[in-house]
Amino acid sequence: MSSLFEIAKRIVYALSLVLAVIVFNFLLIHMAPGDPAEVIAGEMGGTTEEIVASIRQSYGLDQPLLTQLWLYLKQVAGGDLGYSYYFNRPVTDLILQRLPATLLLVISALLLAIIIGTALGVVSARRPRGFLSHFVTVLALVGFSAPVFWTGIMLLLLFASYLSFFPVGGMYSMTLEGGFGVKALDVLHHLVLPMATLSIIYVAQYSRLARASTLDVLGADYIRTARAKGLSEAVVVYKHALRNAVLPVVTIAGLQFSQLLSGAVLVETVFNWPGLGRLAFESILRRDYPTILGILFFSAFVVVIANLLTDLAYRLIDPRIKAGASS
Amino acid sequence: MVLKTFASAAISAALALGVAVGLAGTASAQHRGGTLTVGIDGPRHLNPAVQSGNATGTPGTQIFAGLIELDENFEAQPYLAESWEVSDDGKTYTFKLREDALFHDGEPVTSADVAYSLDVVKNNHPFGIAMFGAVEGVDTPDEHTAVIRLKYAQPSLMASLSPVLLPILPKHVYDDGQDIKSHPANSKPVGSGPFKFVEERTGEYITLERNESFFKKDQPNLDRIIFRIIPEKDQQARLLALQSGEVDYFPFSGMNARNVKRLQDDPNIEVTTKGFEAIGPTNYLEFNLRHKPFDDIRVRKAIAHAIDKDFITKSLHLGMSTRLDGPLHSSSPFYDADALVMYDVDLDKARELLDEAGLKPDANGTRFSMTLDYPTFHPESGKLVAEYLKPQLGKIGIDVTLRSSPDFATWANRVASWDYDATMNSIFDYPDPIIGVHRLFLCDNIKHVIWTNTAGYCNKRVDELLGEAASATDVETRKKAYSEFQKILSEDLPLIFTNEEPYTAVYNKRMKNPPLTVWGGMQAMDEVYVEDGQ
Repeated sequence: MSSLFEIAKRIVYALSLVLAVIVFNFLLIHMAPGDPAEVIAGEMGGTTEEIVASIRQSYGLDQPLLTQLWLYLKQVAGGDLGYSYYFNRPVTDLILQRLPATLLLVISALLLAIIIGTALGVVSARRPRGFLSHFVTVLALVGFSAPVFWTGIMLLLLFASYLSFFPVGGMYSMTLEGGFGVKALDVLHHLVLPMATLSIIYVAQYSRLARASTLDVLGADYIRTARAKGLSEAVVVYKHALRNAVLPVVTIAGLQFSQLLSGAVLVETVFNWPGLGRLAFESILRRDYPTILGILFFSAFVVVIANLLTDLAYRLIDPRIKAGASS
Repeated sequence: MVLKTFASAAISAALALGVAVGLAGTASAQHRGGTLTVGIDGPRHLNPAVQSGNATGTPGTQIFAGLIELDENFEAQPYLAESWEVSDDGKTYTFKLREDALFHDGEPVTSADVAYSLDVVKNNHPFGIAMFGAVEGVDTPDEHTAVIRLKYAQPSLMASLSPVLLPILPKHVYDDGQDIKSHPANSKPVGSGPFKFVEERTGEYITLERNESFFKKDQPNLDRIIFRIIPEKDQQARLLALQSGEVDYFPFSGMNARNVKRLQDDPNIEVTTKGFEAIGPTNYLEFNLRHKPFDDIRVRKAIAHAIDKDFITKSLHLGMSTRLDGPLHSSSPFYDADALVMYDVDLDKARELLDEAGLKPDANGTRFSMTLDYPTFHPESGKLVAEYLKPQLGKIGIDVTLRSSPDFATWANRVASWDYDATMNSIFDYPDPIIGVHRLFLCDNIKHVIWTNTAGYCNKRVDELLGEAASATDVETRKKAYSEFQKILSEDLPLIFTNEEPYTAVYNKRMKNPPLTVWGGMQAMDEVYVEDGQ
């Protein structure tokens, strides 16, 4: 009974959080100077008072702010994220159209970061004072400190402009003819640079994390036992130590999924990648309130749901958390 | 004399054009085929009748045809209209439409579509009233005759019939009771132009394909045009896309002077400043005349004497831009260099004028302080010139604080709400001053809207002259009115014009017959072809 109550409490917390996110974002965005009518006038090279007034009226921007907020909340409660002022189409359509590109970028970058980061960490932990270990440390420092847009532009200049290994932007070649396989390869070709850019910062983090936890694990008793049994060092490290050493990396990576979304804003802008991040950036410049709010709501919703599920899963798996909560 | 030279130049240009068109006509069969990739800013939708700007205008003029096209000399050439007559009083225009023109859905283009489109533009386009305010009605005596009746003569009418300003919409598609500004067909348009709409992915690309039943025989050459959305502010991305061959053509490159120089050195790339005459982009320093001491003409003149425009055009813009001393772009047929009052660079004179205005320097040498805003677009003429003005005006004792804006909306809001001392600003003159220039100076257009008379300038004589120029039927009367207007403006200096914005179009040399009339990329690309036909 008490556990059901706890779950209900969590859900209420989560819903209040989403509500707070919507209200806060709504007020914050409306505090920025200028409105969509002015942006649209700007893009048209001029306009008249009547046209500005009619745009404001048709979008309800002439209503008091709290009325606008109330109408928006009612709309969202009904499952409707509204119409984009700028593109004149449903925000849900825009988000769903852009979502696959962002998911592809973010998930592939995360996987790449876990694999490369862990590998570098484990390799460097085998000889903590060796050359490779120092090299990985410096690499991690640089990777973590360099701003992601700068790394992106540098990779673009080197690999797309001078060496022409990869395309300079976008997600596919417009003029390419061919079947699914050809097109999939083309998308992968376009994916390499943005994925690499987005993963660099996490490769840096995970390599440090994996290095530390591998060192920790390598000092444990069961490793000593394995060595005492006469197993080769490779088997000791890659069979016995690796699985345990990688646990903290996976935990952190899961938690960082939401951060990757914010990194995607910059990477998508640099590489002209047609994802949610670029849509968010452009919508802010255009004061396209429903689209910005829709994207923020959507990402907040995903994060809250993920946290809620993690929380509930912990309760089911680890009895200590349950005990702690009820005491 | 000047006029005669102009006329003979026009004739030779027309002859040259005739030869070029002839050649293109005979050679078109062998130029058939291929895909052109054009880089543009992301448009809201594709209907230029209700959305101005090049992002909509460039693809829009491929999809929609218009009554006429303007050539290199601002002269109207037949398009959907094969001939026309203008009554002596300039109040009746009779257009004979081609009988073989079809919309992409197979319906014929009729005079009813012309009447409907003009009505839509007049009531919904940002310049609708400026362009068609004089239109009393459009008569349609038969399917292929459209008669535009005016309340008073409006000399800018022919220029306003260009496809980008008056695209002929299919009445049977749009006139279904839905709001035209948010009509679903704006994103899936049906026109009668050389290319048909195929597909759009918002923020990614727009694909058009050859209109097999286009009314111009054997045109267009290209099989497909793909518009790739690469925002103008991502100059680096544009540069790389052009150099790698992923994009063939940026009709509005947005490149700064340094990038233009870089592209000029590329053997595969062509850079041109032609094709922006009908837009006529000008840059200026705008004063908020409600704020002291800018209401004092001596202060404005002092500032004019402190600005070295040649430094701006030669050093800041590496010789890419042209200095500007009056309210009309030099490509305008009404531009009159002789009428303009010039201000030589003379800091002593500037200081004297400020002394006369009672603005003596304090112990620090400061006479007064001001804030200078600059917009987020045209950074070479806005931000860069503002940064130059800060130390330059400091020399005559004006303490300038620069105020940047994080995005266009912020800057536009400050100017539209008159919350500024002075700002760098830009405007498009468009093919006739009636459309683009009058709005900045008319007393009754002092509005809280960007690119109206936000400076708050009001001069009855200027109003009279602009009124005269807007209704005179003969060019000479208009020229005279505009000459005096240019003289008064350069004397009064409500705005100090600095330079013409150095717009460029950049394209890969595989693209032939680039569109270089006064509208540049905002005209039909029916004669464009690609060398390798790929």
